[in-house]
Amino acid sequence: MLPAFLSPELGLIFWQLVIFLLVLFLLAKFAWKPILLALKEREDSIEGALRMADQAKIEMQQLKAGNEKLLTDARLERDRMMQEATQMANQFRETEKARATAEANIIIQQAREAIQQEKNAALAEVKNTAAKLSLDIAERILRRELTDPAAQTQLVDSYLKDVKLN
Amino acid sequence: MKRLLSILLCFVSLSVFANEPAGEGAKAEGFNPGEMILHHIGDSHEWHWLATDNGNFTTYLPIIAYRPGKGVSVFSSKHISNGESEGPAKEYDGLKLDHEHLVSTDGSKLYDFSITKNVAGLIGSAILMLVVFTAVASGYKKNHGRAPKGIQSFFEPIIVFIRDEVAKKNIGPKYERYMPYLLTVFFFIWFNNLLGLTPGAANLSGNIAVTMVLAVLTLIITLASSNKYYWAHIFATPGVPKPLLPIMIIVEVIGIFTKPFSLMIRLFANITAGHIVVLSFISLVFIFKSWAVAPVTLAFGLFINVLELLVAVLQAFIFTLLTSMYIGGAVEDHHDADLQMGYDDGSASTHVSH
Repeated sequence: MLPAFLSPELGLIFWQLVIFLLVLFLLAKFAWKPILLALKEREDSIEGALRMADQAKIEMQQLKAGNEKLLTDARLERDRMMQEATQMANQFRETEKARATAEANIIIQQAREAIQQEKNAALAEVKNTAAKLSLDIAERILRRELTDPAAQTQLVDSYLKDVKLN
Repeated sequence: MKRLLSILLCFVSLSVFANEPAGEGAKAEGFNPGEMILHHIGDSHEWHWLATDNGNFTTYLPIIAYRPGKGVSVFSSKHISNGESEGPAKEYDGLKLDHEHLVSTDGSKLYDFSITKNVAGLIGSAILMLVVFTAVASGYKKNHGRAPKGIQSFFEPIIVFIRDEVAKKNIGPKYERYMPYLLTVFFFIWFNNLLGLTPGAANLSGNIAVTMVLAVLTLIITLASSNKYYWAHIFATPGVPKPLLPIMIIVEVIGIFTKPFSLMIRLFANITAGHIVVLSFISLVFIFKSWAVAPVTLAFGLFINVLELLVAVLQAFIFTLLTSMYIGGAVEDHHDADLQMGYDDGSASTHVSH
């Protein structure tokens, strides 16, 4: 025979079974289910929030990288445009300079030619005038029979004074 | 946490002091520590709070007895209880108490369904659990989606621990349907272990009938959820030579029952032993009939009581852990995990399944 404390009593077994199962049922329904559900919900929401934060971070980085790229592109574009503009300006200046030089050369050439022409014309006129004058003088000398050499010289001088080379 | 600790310490010192007068009643006529201790850890038909020189403070509990042929008789145990006094056993309605054991006077068959001290304690702890955990559950309704508060934040880490470290790791992905049983059994054992340590309370979790019911429930759940691999492992243990199989089958079949049997004995023996040790230290005062041993009694009684607080939660944890291991062994899907019980990393496999 087992000592009293080692032999399970039927009454206690019965009550323990009934009450424990009742507690199990009631707790499962009114405590464990809502508690475990709430815990799961909260964990899910935390996990979701963390994932979203991560995603936002990645998106942010992507955005930042995109911005950076845009900025770099813009900078490069600006540099290229500036360079192009400078180049174009330089080219324009060069061509303008060349064109101006050429035009100036032409003008100078023309001027030179005009001067030459004028000079030639003037010389021709001088020559004509001189020839005409010489002929005139010679005619006048021949017309007046000059006796006096002094008077001749005087006459020549007066004629010459008259003529005035224009 | 500090407040909680001081409350616990209060209980500890209370149980040491409060148990002393209980023993003093028996001092008058040759103190018998063995009888006193067995009386304290055993069940009774009345709730004896304490005895003073002016009398006993006792709550008489209802007797419910069923006798085939005579039907059910219900009456207060006042009519048949002798209390602390000696003398011939009182009789009522053909029933009497023989060392707290209800028997009929004519020796006929009798089924005792009385609300004994342990049953009353059981009802009390059941109500306490319902109140506490519905309060915790209402906390989740009130603070929906927010951080836990008050009693809810005390129990949440424990519940999460049972779920993550005990159920998920040992049972695997199918852990969810076993959570109600595991949580209930854990908190039932823990609450009753602690209540059993309070002075004057019933020694419920140190009663073999209670631990037997819990162990049998674990066995039933294990067998009900077992799959073919579980039975294949028992009747065709892999890696065993054919001639040895008959022996192995016997061993494995016995193993089905020794597991819950060990659960039953472990919890019962641990709690009962703790009570016996505490009561033994208290008995020293009455054995030596001297106040000089009081410091020793107090120091050792306090030490054992604090130890028992640890044992209270430890035994609840071990019972729950082993239950989930047995269930895990029964529901395991793959066959190769012979040496390891359950899943090594249930959390990993649940993550995969998400």
